[in-house]
Amino acid sequence: MADEQKPQPKPPAAAAGHAAPKPPAVMATTPWESDLTSQLKEHFGEQILECLSYLGQEFLIAKPEAVIPILDYLKLDADFDYLVDVTAADYPNRPERFDLIYVLYSFSRNQRIRVKTRIPDGFKPQTAVTVHATANWLEREVFDMFGIEFAGHPDMKRILLPEDWQGYPLRKDYGIIQQDERWVKENLGIDSAQ
Amino acid sequence: MPEATFLDATELVLNMGPQHPSTHGVLRVILKLDGEKVNGTECVIGYLHRGVEKIGENRTYQMFAPYVDRMDYVAAVSNGLGYCLAVEKLLNVEAAPRAQVTRVILTELNRIASHLLWLGTHALDIGALTPVFYTFREREEILNIFEKYCGARLTTHSFRIGGLQYELYDGFEDDVKAFCKAALPKMDEYEELLTANRIWVSRLTGVGVLNAEDCKAYGVTGPMLRAAGVKWDIRKALPYSGYEKYDFEIPTRQDGDTFDRYIVRMQEMRQSVRIIRQAVEDIPSGPIMAKVPKVIKPPVGEVYVSIEAPKGELGYFIVSDGSTQPYRVRVRPPSFVNLQALDRMAKGALIADVVAIIGTIDIVLGEVDR
Repeated sequence: MADEQKPQPKPPAAAAGHAAPKPPAVMATTPWESDLTSQLKEHFGEQILECLSYLGQEFLIAKPEAVIPILDYLKLDADFDYLVDVTAADYPNRPERFDLIYVLYSFSRNQRIRVKTRIPDGFKPQTAVTVHATANWLEREVFDMFGIEFAGHPDMKRILLPEDWQGYPLRKDYGIIQQDERWVKENLGIDSAQ
Repeated sequence: MPEATFLDATELVLNMGPQHPSTHGVLRVILKLDGEKVNGTECVIGYLHRGVEKIGENRTYQMFAPYVDRMDYVAAVSNGLGYCLAVEKLLNVEAAPRAQVTRVILTELNRIASHLLWLGTHALDIGALTPVFYTFREREEILNIFEKYCGARLTTHSFRIGGLQYELYDGFEDDVKAFCKAALPKMDEYEELLTANRIWVSRLTGVGVLNAEDCKAYGVTGPMLRAAGVKWDIRKALPYSGYEKYDFEIPTRQDGDTFDRYIVRMQEMRQSVRIIRQAVEDIPSGPIMAKVPKVIKPPVGEVYVSIEAPKGELGYFIVSDGSTQPYRVRVRPPSFVNLQALDRMAKGALIADVVAIIGTIDIVLGEVDR
Protein backbone atom coordinates (compact mmCIF):
# COMPACT_ATOMS: atom_id res chain seq x y z
CA MET A 1 0.00 0.00 0.00
CA ALA A 2 2.92 2.24 -0.78
CA ASP A 3 0.96 4.68 -2.91
CA GLU A 4 -1.85 5.27 -0.47
CA GLN A 5 -1.70 8.80 0.81
CA LYS A 6 -2.91 8.20 4.30
CA PRO A 7 -2.38 10.41 7.30
CA GLN A 8 0.59 9.17 9.19
CA PRO A 9 -0.24 7.88 12.65
CA LYS A 10 0.36 10.58 15.18
CA PRO A 11 3.34 10.00 17.43
CA PRO A 12 2.24 8.93 20.91
CA ALA A 13 1.59 12.04 22.93
CA ALA A 14 3.54 11.62 26.12
CA ALA A 15 5.81 8.77 25.26
CA ALA A 16 8.81 10.41 26.82
CA GLY A 17 11.60 8.17 27.96
CA HIS A 18 11.29 5.36 25.46
CA ALA A 19 10.68 6.06 21.83
CA ALA A 20 8.45 3.37 20.39
CA PRO A 21 9.74 2.01 17.10
CA LYS A 22 7.66 3.56 14.37
CA PRO A 23 5.59 0.99 12.48
CA PRO A 24 6.40 0.89 8.78
CA ALA A 25 3.93 2.94 6.80
CA VAL A 26 3.56 0.38 4.06
CA MET A 27 2.26 -3.14 4.21
CA ALA A 28 5.26 -5.39 4.84
CA THR A 29 4.47 -7.88 2.13
CA THR A 30 6.62 -10.61 0.74
CA PRO A 31 6.40 -11.89 -2.83
CA TRP A 32 4.13 -14.87 -3.32
CA GLU A 33 5.53 -17.47 -5.64
CA SER A 34 3.98 -20.83 -6.29
CA ASP A 35 2.81 -23.04 -9.12
CA LEU A 36 -0.45 -21.17 -9.10
CA THR A 37 1.12 -17.75 -9.53
CA SER A 38 3.38 -18.90 -12.34
CA GLN A 39 0.38 -20.47 -14.05
CA LEU A 40 -1.57 -17.26 -13.68
CA LYS A 41 1.31 -15.10 -14.83
CA GLU A 42 1.81 -17.28 -17.84
CA HIS A 43 -1.85 -17.04 -18.71
CA PHE A 44 -2.50 -13.39 -17.93
CA GLY A 45 0.96 -11.82 -18.25
CA GLU A 46 0.91 -8.11 -17.69
CA GLN A 47 -2.67 -8.13 -16.44
CA ILE A 48 -1.46 -9.37 -13.07
CA LEU A 49 0.47 -6.61 -11.41
CA GLU A 50 1.71 -8.25 -8.25
CA CYS A 51 1.46 -11.49 -6.30
CA LEU A 52 2.02 -10.86 -2.62
CA SER A 53 1.76 -12.49 0.73
CA TYR A 54 1.11 -10.81 4.06
CA LEU A 55 1.16 -12.72 7.36
CA GLY A 56 0.79 -15.92 5.41
CA GLN A 57 -2.25 -14.71 3.50
CA GLU A 58 -1.81 -14.63 -0.24
CA PHE A 59 -3.30 -12.17 -2.64
CA LEU A 60 -2.75 -10.87 -6.11
CA ILE A 61 -3.34 -7.45 -7.57
CA ALA A 62 -4.74 -7.39 -11.08
CA LYS A 63 -5.88 -4.83 -13.60
CA PRO A 64 -9.63 -4.13 -13.27
CA GLU A 65 -10.59 -5.51 -16.66
CA ALA A 66 -8.75 -8.77 -15.97
CA VAL A 67 -10.55 -9.59 -12.72
CA ILE A 68 -13.48 -11.53 -14.13
CA PRO A 69 -11.33 -13.60 -16.52
CA ILE A 70 -9.05 -14.36 -13.58
CA LEU A 71 -11.96 -15.43 -11.37
CA ASP A 72 -13.23 -17.56 -14.21
CA TYR A 73 -9.83 -19.10 -14.79
CA LEU A 74 -9.32 -19.75 -11.10
CA LYS A 75 -12.71 -21.40 -10.87
CA LEU A 76 -12.40 -23.65 -13.89
CA ASP A 77 -8.68 -24.44 -13.98
CA ALA A 78 -7.55 -24.05 -10.39
CA ASP A 79 -10.67 -25.17 -8.54
CA PHE A 80 -11.30 -21.94 -6.65
CA ASP A 81 -15.00 -22.63 -6.75
CA TYR A 82 -16.21 -20.70 -3.72
CA LEU A 83 -16.37 -16.92 -3.77
CA VAL A 84 -16.28 -16.08 -0.09
CA ASP A 85 -16.69 -12.36 -0.21
CA VAL A 86 -16.65 -9.26 -2.37
CA THR A 87 -15.87 -6.01 -0.70
CA ALA A 88 -14.18 -2.67 -1.21
CA ALA A 89 -12.16 -0.07 0.63
CA ASP A 90 -12.06 3.64 -0.06
CA TYR A 91 -8.85 5.66 -0.38
CA PRO A 92 -10.09 9.13 -1.36
CA ASN A 93 -6.60 10.60 -1.85
CA ARG A 94 -5.59 8.06 -4.42
CA PRO A 95 -6.26 8.49 -8.13
CA GLU A 96 -7.55 4.93 -8.25
CA ARG A 97 -9.89 5.54 -5.41
CA PHE A 98 -11.23 2.11 -4.54
CA ASP A 99 -9.74 -1.23 -3.69
CA LEU A 100 -12.05 -4.00 -4.83
CA ILE A 101 -11.37 -7.26 -3.04
CA TYR A 102 -12.55 -10.74 -3.94
CA VAL A 103 -11.92 -13.49 -1.40
CA LEU A 104 -11.75 -16.94 -2.94
CA TYR A 105 -11.50 -20.39 -1.47
CA SER A 106 -10.79 -23.76 -3.00
CA PHE A 107 -12.27 -26.79 -1.30
CA SER A 108 -9.95 -29.25 -3.01
CA ARG A 109 -6.77 -27.26 -2.33
CA ASN A 110 -7.93 -26.01 1.06
CA GLN A 111 -6.49 -22.64 0.17
CA ARG A 112 -7.81 -19.14 0.46
CA ILE A 113 -6.58 -16.30 -1.70
CA ARG A 114 -7.66 -12.78 -2.46
CA VAL A 115 -7.89 -11.04 -5.81
CA LYS A 116 -7.54 -7.32 -5.53
CA THR A 117 -7.91 -4.54 -8.01
CA ARG A 118 -7.83 -0.77 -7.91
CA ILE A 119 -10.43 1.28 -9.69
CA PRO A 120 -11.05 5.01 -10.04
CA ASP A 121 -14.31 6.64 -8.96
CA GLY A 122 -16.99 6.16 -11.59
CA PHE A 123 -15.38 3.09 -13.11
CA LYS A 124 -17.87 0.29 -13.68
CA PRO A 125 -16.23 -3.07 -13.08
CA GLN A 126 -17.73 -6.16 -14.67
CA THR A 127 -20.01 -8.19 -12.45
CA ALA A 128 -18.85 -11.56 -11.13
CA VAL A 129 -22.39 -12.99 -11.12
CA THR A 130 -21.63 -14.76 -14.39
CA VAL A 131 -18.92 -16.74 -12.60
CA HIS A 132 -20.24 -17.03 -9.04
CA ALA A 133 -23.96 -16.67 -8.33
CA THR A 134 -23.22 -15.50 -4.81
CA ALA A 135 -21.72 -12.26 -6.12
CA ASN A 136 -25.24 -10.96 -6.69
CA TRP A 137 -25.99 -9.71 -3.18
CA LEU A 138 -22.36 -9.07 -2.31
CA GLU A 139 -21.97 -6.70 -5.24
CA ARG A 140 -25.25 -5.04 -4.43
CA GLU A 141 -23.89 -4.35 -0.98
CA VAL A 142 -20.70 -2.88 -2.42
CA PHE A 143 -22.85 -0.66 -4.63
CA ASP A 144 -25.00 0.30 -1.66
CA MET A 145 -22.07 1.24 0.54
CA PHE A 146 -19.50 2.57 -1.94
CA GLY A 147 -21.45 3.52 -5.04
CA ILE A 148 -19.44 1.21 -7.24
CA GLU A 149 -21.76 0.12 -10.03
CA PHE A 150 -21.16 -3.29 -11.54
CA ALA A 151 -21.67 -3.58 -15.29
CA GLY A 152 -23.90 -6.44 -16.37
CA HIS A 153 -25.29 -7.08 -12.90
CA PRO A 154 -28.85 -8.44 -13.13
CA ASP A 155 -30.30 -6.32 -10.32
CA MET A 156 -28.07 -3.36 -9.53
CA LYS A 157 -29.90 -1.58 -6.73
CA ARG A 158 -29.44 -0.87 -3.05
CA ILE A 159 -29.83 -3.80 -0.71
CA LEU A 160 -29.49 -2.73 2.91
CA LEU A 161 -30.40 0.93 2.70
CA PRO A 162 -33.70 2.37 1.45
CA GLU A 163 -33.79 3.12 -2.24
CA ASP A 164 -34.06 6.87 -1.71
CA TRP A 165 -30.97 7.03 0.51
CA GLN A 166 -28.52 9.72 -0.46
CA GLY A 167 -24.81 9.08 -0.58
CA TYR A 168 -22.73 6.01 0.02
CA PRO A 169 -22.01 5.51 3.72
CA LEU A 170 -18.74 3.62 3.61
CA ARG A 171 -16.99 6.23 1.53
CA LYS A 172 -14.52 8.10 3.67
CA ASP A 173 -16.05 11.48 2.87
CA TYR A 174 -19.40 10.39 4.31
CA GLY A 175 -19.47 11.68 7.86
CA ILE A 176 -20.86 9.50 10.59
CA ILE A 177 -23.43 12.06 11.77
CA GLN A 178 -24.15 13.59 8.37
CA GLN A 179 -27.41 11.72 8.00
CA ASP A 180 -28.59 12.73 11.44
CA GLU A 181 -27.75 16.37 10.88
CA ARG A 182 -29.67 16.46 7.62
CA TRP A 183 -32.66 14.70 9.09
CA VAL A 184 -32.85 17.13 12.01
CA LYS A 185 -32.46 20.09 9.69
CA GLU A 186 -35.17 18.92 7.32
CA ASN A 187 -37.65 17.65 9.83
CA LEU A 188 -37.17 19.88 12.84
CA GLY A 189 -35.72 22.95 11.17
CA ILE A 190 -32.94 23.31 13.73
CA ASP A 191 -29.26 22.47 13.87
CA SER A 192 -28.38 19.08 15.22
CA ALA A 193 -26.94 19.11 18.70
CA GLN A 194 -24.70 16.12 17.98
CA MET B 1 -49.56 -5.15 -13.70
CA PRO B 2 -50.43 -8.76 -12.91
CA GLU B 3 -48.83 -11.21 -15.28
CA ALA B 4 -50.63 -14.18 -16.80
CA THR B 5 -49.20 -17.56 -15.85
CA PHE B 6 -49.48 -20.88 -17.59
CA LEU B 7 -52.79 -21.65 -15.90
CA ASP B 8 -54.06 -18.41 -17.34
CA ALA B 9 -54.53 -17.16 -13.84
CA THR B 10 -53.00 -13.98 -12.60
CA GLU B 11 -49.87 -14.03 -10.53
CA LEU B 12 -50.50 -12.96 -7.00
CA VAL B 13 -47.88 -10.92 -5.21
CA LEU B 14 -47.95 -11.39 -1.49
CA ASN B 15 -45.85 -9.77 1.18
CA MET B 16 -44.58 -12.03 3.90
CA GLY B 17 -43.24 -9.87 6.67
CA PRO B 18 -41.57 -7.62 7.73
CA GLN B 19 -43.71 -8.38 10.77
CA HIS B 20 -44.38 -12.08 10.53
CA PRO B 21 -43.81 -14.63 13.28
CA SER B 22 -42.02 -17.07 11.01
CA THR B 23 -39.50 -14.74 9.47
CA HIS B 24 -37.43 -14.62 12.67
CA GLY B 25 -37.15 -10.89 12.76
CA VAL B 26 -37.82 -8.14 10.31
CA LEU B 27 -37.39 -9.95 7.03
CA ARG B 28 -39.75 -9.11 4.22
CA VAL B 29 -40.16 -11.69 1.50
CA ILE B 30 -42.15 -10.77 -1.58
CA LEU B 31 -43.76 -13.96 -2.80
CA LYS B 32 -44.93 -14.31 -6.37
CA LEU B 33 -47.65 -16.90 -6.20
CA ASP B 34 -49.57 -19.05 -8.56
CA GLY B 35 -52.23 -20.31 -6.20
CA GLU B 36 -50.31 -22.01 -3.41
CA LYS B 37 -47.21 -22.45 -5.52
CA VAL B 38 -44.30 -20.05 -5.23
CA ASN B 39 -43.01 -18.83 -8.58
CA GLY B 40 -40.36 -16.61 -7.17
CA THR B 41 -39.30 -14.73 -4.11
CA GLU B 42 -37.53 -11.50 -3.42
CA CYS B 43 -36.04 -10.63 -0.08
CA VAL B 44 -36.22 -7.08 1.18
CA ILE B 45 -33.69 -6.67 3.95
CA GLY B 46 -31.99 -3.87 5.78
CA TYR B 47 -34.61 -3.04 8.40
CA LEU B 48 -32.06 -3.66 11.13
CA HIS B 49 -29.14 -2.02 9.38
CA ARG B 50 -27.01 -0.11 11.89
CA GLY B 51 -23.92 0.49 9.83
CA VAL B 52 -21.68 -1.72 11.91
CA GLU B 53 -18.84 -1.44 9.43
CA LYS B 54 -18.96 2.36 9.50
CA ILE B 55 -19.04 2.30 13.29
CA GLY B 56 -15.96 0.11 13.23
CA GLU B 57 -14.03 2.73 11.28
CA ASN B 58 -14.87 5.29 13.92
CA ARG B 59 -13.93 3.31 17.02
CA THR B 60 -10.65 1.97 18.30
CA TYR B 61 -9.97 -1.72 17.96
CA GLN B 62 -11.02 -2.49 21.52
CA MET B 63 -14.05 -0.21 21.43
CA PHE B 64 -15.44 -2.00 18.41
CA ALA B 65 -15.37 -5.44 20.04
CA PRO B 66 -18.72 -5.14 21.86
CA TYR B 67 -20.44 -4.01 18.68
CA VAL B 68 -19.79 -7.26 16.86
CA ASP B 69 -21.79 -9.13 19.50
CA ARG B 70 -24.88 -7.30 18.31
CA MET B 71 -24.80 -8.82 14.86
CA ASP B 72 -25.59 -12.46 15.43
CA TYR B 73 -26.94 -11.93 18.90
CA VAL B 74 -27.77 -15.59 19.49
CA ALA B 75 -24.13 -16.51 18.86
CA ALA B 76 -22.38 -13.43 20.18
CA VAL B 77 -19.42 -15.40 21.46
CA SER B 78 -18.61 -16.61 17.94
CA ASN B 79 -18.73 -13.07 16.61
CA GLY B 80 -16.36 -11.91 19.30
CA LEU B 81 -13.99 -14.78 18.67
CA GLY B 82 -13.81 -14.03 14.95
CA TYR B 83 -13.11 -10.37 15.55
CA CYS B 84 -10.47 -11.00 18.21
CA LEU B 85 -8.75 -13.56 15.99
CA ALA B 86 -8.68 -11.11 13.11
CA VAL B 87 -7.13 -8.32 15.16
CA GLU B 88 -4.68 -10.77 16.73
CA LYS B 89 -3.70 -11.85 13.24
CA LEU B 90 -3.08 -8.21 12.31
CA LEU B 91 -0.97 -7.80 15.43
CA ASN B 92 0.65 -11.16 14.76
CA VAL B 93 0.07 -12.39 18.29
CA GLU B 94 -1.63 -15.49 19.63
CA ALA B 95 -4.02 -15.56 22.53
CA ALA B 96 -2.73 -17.01 25.78
CA PRO B 97 -3.06 -20.82 25.94
CA ARG B 98 -5.52 -20.65 28.81
CA ALA B 99 -7.61 -18.20 26.86
CA GLN B 100 -7.58 -20.35 23.73
CA VAL B 101 -9.04 -23.37 25.50
CA THR B 102 -11.61 -21.27 27.31
CA ARG B 103 -12.57 -19.67 24.03
CA VAL B 104 -13.20 -23.08 22.53
CA ILE B 105 -15.43 -24.07 25.46
CA LEU B 106 -17.46 -20.89 25.40
CA THR B 107 -17.78 -20.86 21.62
CA GLU B 108 -18.96 -24.45 21.52
CA LEU B 109 -21.44 -23.78 24.31
CA ASN B 110 -22.67 -20.89 22.25
CA ARG B 111 -22.97 -23.09 19.19
CA ILE B 112 -25.21 -25.42 21.16
CA ALA B 113 -27.25 -22.47 22.43
CA SER B 114 -27.63 -21.15 18.89
CA HIS B 115 -28.67 -24.52 17.52
CA LEU B 116 -31.12 -25.01 20.40
CA LEU B 117 -32.76 -21.70 19.64
CA TRP B 118 -32.91 -22.65 16.00
CA LEU B 119 -34.42 -26.05 16.81
CA GLY B 120 -37.08 -24.63 19.08
CA THR B 121 -38.21 -21.89 16.74
CA HIS B 122 -37.94 -24.04 13.63
CA ALA B 123 -40.16 -26.66 15.22
CA LEU B 124 -42.54 -23.91 16.31
CA ASP B 125 -42.77 -22.69 12.72
CA ILE B 126 -43.61 -26.16 11.52
CA GLY B 127 -46.29 -26.47 14.17
CA ALA B 128 -44.60 -28.54 16.85
CA LEU B 129 -45.15 -26.52 19.97
CA THR B 130 -43.43 -28.71 22.53
CA PRO B 131 -39.71 -28.66 21.60
CA VAL B 132 -39.31 -24.94 22.15
CA PHE B 133 -40.02 -25.33 25.84
CA TYR B 134 -37.41 -28.04 26.18
CA THR B 135 -34.75 -26.34 24.09
CA PHE B 136 -35.13 -23.07 25.95
CA ARG B 137 -34.76 -24.95 29.21
CA GLU B 138 -31.35 -26.25 28.15
CA ARG B 139 -30.35 -23.02 26.52
CA GLU B 140 -31.02 -21.34 29.83
CA GLU B 141 -28.34 -23.53 31.43
CA ILE B 142 -25.81 -22.29 28.90
CA LEU B 143 -26.85 -18.67 29.34
CA ASN B 144 -26.48 -19.11 33.09
CA ILE B 145 -22.88 -20.17 32.59
CA PHE B 146 -22.29 -17.08 30.45
CA GLU B 147 -23.94 -14.91 33.04
CA LYS B 148 -21.80 -16.33 35.81
CA TYR B 149 -18.71 -15.84 33.68
CA CYS B 150 -19.20 -12.30 32.45
CA GLY B 151 -22.50 -10.97 33.72
CA ALA B 152 -24.21 -10.93 30.35
CA ARG B 153 -26.37 -13.59 28.83
CA LEU B 154 -26.61 -12.74 25.16
CA THR B 155 -24.21 -10.03 24.10
CA THR B 156 -21.41 -11.32 26.22
CA HIS B 157 -18.29 -9.51 25.00
CA SER B 158 -16.47 -12.40 26.62
CA PHE B 159 -13.15 -12.09 24.82
CA ARG B 160 -10.57 -9.40 24.57
CA ILE B 161 -7.95 -8.94 21.93
CA GLY B 162 -5.21 -11.27 23.13
CA GLY B 163 -7.23 -13.31 25.57
CA LEU B 164 -10.25 -13.22 27.81
CA GLN B 165 -12.30 -10.53 29.42
CA TYR B 166 -12.34 -12.19 32.84
CA GLU B 167 -10.67 -14.97 34.74
CA LEU B 168 -12.88 -18.04 34.98
CA TYR B 169 -15.08 -18.16 38.05
CA ASP B 170 -14.69 -20.89 40.65
CA GLY B 171 -16.69 -23.91 39.66
CA PHE B 172 -16.73 -23.10 35.95
CA GLU B 173 -15.43 -26.56 35.07
CA ASP B 174 -18.05 -28.23 37.25
CA ASP B 175 -20.86 -26.23 35.68
CA VAL B 176 -19.67 -27.08 32.19
CA LYS B 177 -19.24 -30.75 33.03
CA ALA B 178 -22.67 -30.88 34.61
CA PHE B 179 -24.16 -29.31 31.51
CA CYS B 180 -22.40 -31.79 29.22
CA LYS B 181 -23.58 -34.69 31.30
CA ALA B 182 -27.16 -33.54 31.23
CA ALA B 183 -27.17 -32.38 27.61
CA LEU B 184 -26.78 -35.66 25.75
CA PRO B 185 -29.88 -37.41 27.16
CA LYS B 186 -31.82 -34.20 26.53
CA MET B 187 -30.79 -34.28 22.90
CA ASP B 188 -32.09 -37.83 22.70
CA GLU B 189 -35.34 -36.45 24.04
CA TYR B 190 -35.61 -33.88 21.27
CA GLU B 191 -34.86 -36.49 18.69
CA GLU B 192 -37.51 -38.74 20.17
CA LEU B 193 -40.01 -35.95 19.74
CA LEU B 194 -39.04 -35.10 16.20
CA THR B 195 -36.77 -37.38 14.20
CA ALA B 196 -39.27 -40.17 13.69
CA ASN B 197 -42.33 -37.97 13.95
CA ARG B 198 -44.32 -38.53 10.78
CA ILE B 199 -45.61 -35.00 10.49
CA TRP B 200 -42.14 -33.58 11.07
CA VAL B 201 -40.54 -35.90 8.54
CA SER B 202 -43.11 -35.29 5.84
CA ARG B 203 -43.01 -31.53 6.34
CA LEU B 204 -39.22 -31.46 5.94
CA THR B 205 -38.19 -34.23 3.58
CA GLY B 206 -37.54 -33.06 0.07
CA VAL B 207 -38.29 -29.44 0.97
CA GLY B 208 -35.86 -26.70 0.02
CA VAL B 209 -33.29 -28.94 -1.60
CA LEU B 210 -29.95 -27.29 -2.26
CA ASN B 211 -27.32 -29.59 -3.70
CA ALA B 212 -23.59 -29.25 -3.20
CA GLU B 213 -23.05 -27.50 -6.51
CA ASP B 214 -25.65 -24.85 -5.75
CA CYS B 215 -24.28 -24.41 -2.26
CA LYS B 216 -20.84 -23.61 -3.64
CA ALA B 217 -22.23 -21.32 -6.32
CA TYR B 218 -24.25 -19.37 -3.75
CA GLY B 219 -21.45 -19.38 -1.20
CA VAL B 220 -23.65 -21.23 1.26
CA THR B 221 -21.66 -22.59 4.21
CA GLY B 222 -22.20 -24.16 7.59
CA PRO B 223 -24.74 -26.90 8.27
CA MET B 224 -26.46 -26.21 4.97
CA LEU B 225 -23.34 -27.09 3.02
CA ARG B 226 -22.68 -30.14 5.13
CA ALA B 227 -26.25 -31.36 4.70
CA ALA B 228 -25.53 -31.38 0.96
CA GLY B 229 -22.66 -33.80 1.45
CA VAL B 230 -19.65 -31.51 1.53
CA LYS B 231 -17.48 -32.45 4.47
CA TRP B 232 -16.16 -28.99 5.15
CA ASP B 233 -15.82 -27.20 8.42
CA ILE B 234 -13.36 -24.38 9.01
CA ARG B 235 -12.55 -25.85 12.42
CA LYS B 236 -11.03 -28.80 10.55
CA ALA B 237 -9.99 -27.22 7.26
CA LEU B 238 -8.21 -24.15 8.61
CA PRO B 239 -8.10 -24.70 12.36
CA TYR B 240 -7.98 -21.73 14.70
CA SER B 241 -7.84 -21.33 18.47
CA GLY B 242 -6.44 -24.85 18.89
CA TYR B 243 -9.29 -26.82 17.34
CA GLU B 244 -6.79 -29.18 15.75
CA LYS B 245 -6.15 -30.64 19.21
CA TYR B 246 -9.65 -31.96 19.65
CA ASP B 247 -11.11 -35.12 18.35
CA PHE B 248 -14.46 -34.59 16.67
CA GLU B 249 -16.28 -35.39 13.48
CA ILE B 250 -17.97 -33.33 10.83
CA PRO B 251 -21.50 -34.65 10.45
CA THR B 252 -22.73 -34.71 6.86
CA ARG B 253 -25.79 -35.86 4.98
CA GLN B 254 -26.40 -36.38 1.30
CA ASP B 255 -29.72 -34.93 0.16
CA GLY B 256 -29.38 -31.31 1.16
CA ASP B 257 -33.03 -30.94 2.11
CA THR B 258 -34.53 -29.39 5.21
CA PHE B 259 -34.63 -32.70 7.05
CA ASP B 260 -30.94 -33.31 6.41
CA ARG B 261 -30.08 -29.89 7.77
CA TYR B 262 -32.04 -30.73 10.87
CA ILE B 263 -30.10 -33.97 11.34
CA VAL B 264 -26.76 -32.26 10.72
CA ARG B 265 -27.45 -29.59 13.33
CA MET B 266 -28.60 -32.18 15.85
CA GLN B 267 -25.39 -34.12 15.38
CA GLU B 268 -23.32 -30.96 15.52
CA MET B 269 -24.60 -30.27 19.00
CA ARG B 270 -23.39 -33.71 20.09
CA GLN B 271 -20.01 -33.04 18.52
CA SER B 272 -19.83 -29.73 20.35
CA VAL B 273 -20.45 -31.52 23.63
CA ARG B 274 -17.64 -33.87 22.67
CA ILE B 275 -15.26 -30.95 22.07
CA ILE B 276 -16.25 -29.22 25.29
CA ARG B 277 -15.66 -32.41 27.29
CA GLN B 278 -12.14 -32.71 25.93
CA ALA B 279 -11.39 -29.03 26.40
CA VAL B 280 -12.69 -28.69 29.92
CA GLU B 281 -10.51 -31.54 31.13
CA ASP B 282 -7.43 -29.70 30.09
CA ILE B 283 -7.63 -25.96 30.75
CA PRO B 284 -4.01 -24.85 31.12
CA SER B 285 -3.13 -22.57 33.97
CA GLY B 286 -1.40 -19.28 33.39
CA PRO B 287 -2.35 -15.77 32.40
CA ILE B 288 -5.56 -15.14 30.48
CA MET B 289 -4.04 -12.42 28.35
CA ALA B 290 -1.16 -12.57 25.91
CA LYS B 291 1.26 -9.68 25.77
CA VAL B 292 -0.77 -7.13 23.88
CA PRO B 293 -0.06 -3.41 24.06
CA LYS B 294 -2.60 -1.26 25.92
CA VAL B 295 -3.01 0.91 22.86
CA ILE B 296 -3.58 -1.36 19.92
CA LYS B 297 -1.95 -0.07 16.76
CA PRO B 298 -1.49 -2.88 14.29
CA PRO B 299 1.07 -2.33 11.56
CA VAL B 300 -0.22 -1.28 8.15
CA GLY B 301 -1.78 -4.25 6.45
CA GLU B 302 -4.91 -6.19 5.75
CA VAL B 303 -6.10 -9.63 6.75
CA TYR B 304 -9.10 -11.85 6.20
CA VAL B 305 -9.80 -14.25 9.06
CA SER B 306 -12.83 -16.47 9.30
CA ILE B 307 -14.27 -18.94 11.75
CA GLU B 308 -16.95 -21.57 11.70
CA ALA B 309 -19.85 -19.78 13.34
CA PRO B 310 -23.01 -21.79 14.07
CA LYS B 311 -24.50 -20.50 10.83
CA GLY B 312 -21.52 -20.84 8.53
CA GLU B 313 -18.38 -18.99 7.60
CA LEU B 314 -18.09 -15.76 9.54
CA GLY B 315 -15.23 -13.70 8.19
CA TYR B 316 -13.61 -10.42 9.11
CA PHE B 317 -11.61 -8.45 6.61
CA ILE B 318 -9.73 -5.72 8.44
CA VAL B 319 -7.50 -3.08 6.92
CA SER B 320 -5.14 -1.28 9.25
CA ASP B 321 -3.48 2.01 8.41
CA GLY B 322 -1.26 1.88 11.46
CA SER B 323 -3.54 3.97 13.66
CA THR B 324 -5.64 3.01 16.65
CA GLN B 325 -8.78 2.68 14.55
CA PRO B 326 -9.36 0.15 11.79
CA TYR B 327 -9.26 1.76 8.36
CA ARG B 328 -11.88 -0.66 7.13
CA VAL B 329 -13.75 -3.49 8.82
CA ARG B 330 -15.72 -5.82 6.66
CA VAL B 331 -17.87 -8.53 8.12
CA ARG B 332 -18.67 -11.49 5.93
CA PRO B 333 -21.89 -12.66 7.52
CA PRO B 334 -23.02 -16.25 6.98
CA SER B 335 -26.73 -15.46 7.35
CA PHE B 336 -26.67 -12.78 4.67
CA VAL B 337 -24.98 -15.00 2.13
CA ASN B 338 -27.05 -18.07 3.00
CA LEU B 339 -30.29 -16.12 2.75
CA GLN B 340 -29.49 -15.37 -0.85
CA ALA B 341 -30.19 -19.00 -1.69
CA LEU B 342 -33.79 -18.67 -0.46
CA ASP B 343 -35.07 -17.92 -3.94
CA ARG B 344 -33.36 -20.99 -5.35
CA MET B 345 -34.85 -23.21 -2.65
CA ALA B 346 -38.34 -21.74 -2.56
CA LYS B 347 -39.04 -21.75 -6.30
CA GLY B 348 -41.77 -24.29 -6.96
CA ALA B 349 -42.46 -24.87 -3.28
CA LEU B 350 -45.68 -24.17 -1.42
CA ILE B 351 -46.22 -21.18 0.85
CA ALA B 352 -46.11 -23.41 3.91
CA ASP B 353 -42.74 -24.72 2.76
CA VAL B 354 -41.34 -21.19 2.59
CA VAL B 355 -41.77 -21.02 6.34
CA ALA B 356 -39.83 -24.26 6.72
CA ILE B 357 -37.13 -23.03 4.34
CA ILE B 358 -36.64 -19.71 6.10
CA GLY B 359 -36.38 -21.64 9.36
CA THR B 360 -33.85 -24.07 8.02
CA ILE B 361 -31.46 -21.36 6.79
CA ASP B 362 -31.19 -20.29 10.43
CA ILE B 363 -30.94 -16.58 9.83
CA VAL B 364 -30.51 -13.89 12.39
CA LEU B 365 -31.58 -10.59 10.95
CA GLY B 366 -29.18 -8.65 13.10
CA GLU B 367 -26.42 -10.31 11.16
CA VAL B 368 -28.10 -10.13 7.76
CA ASP B 369 -28.56 -6.39 8.07
CA ARG B 370 -25.65 -5.48 10.34
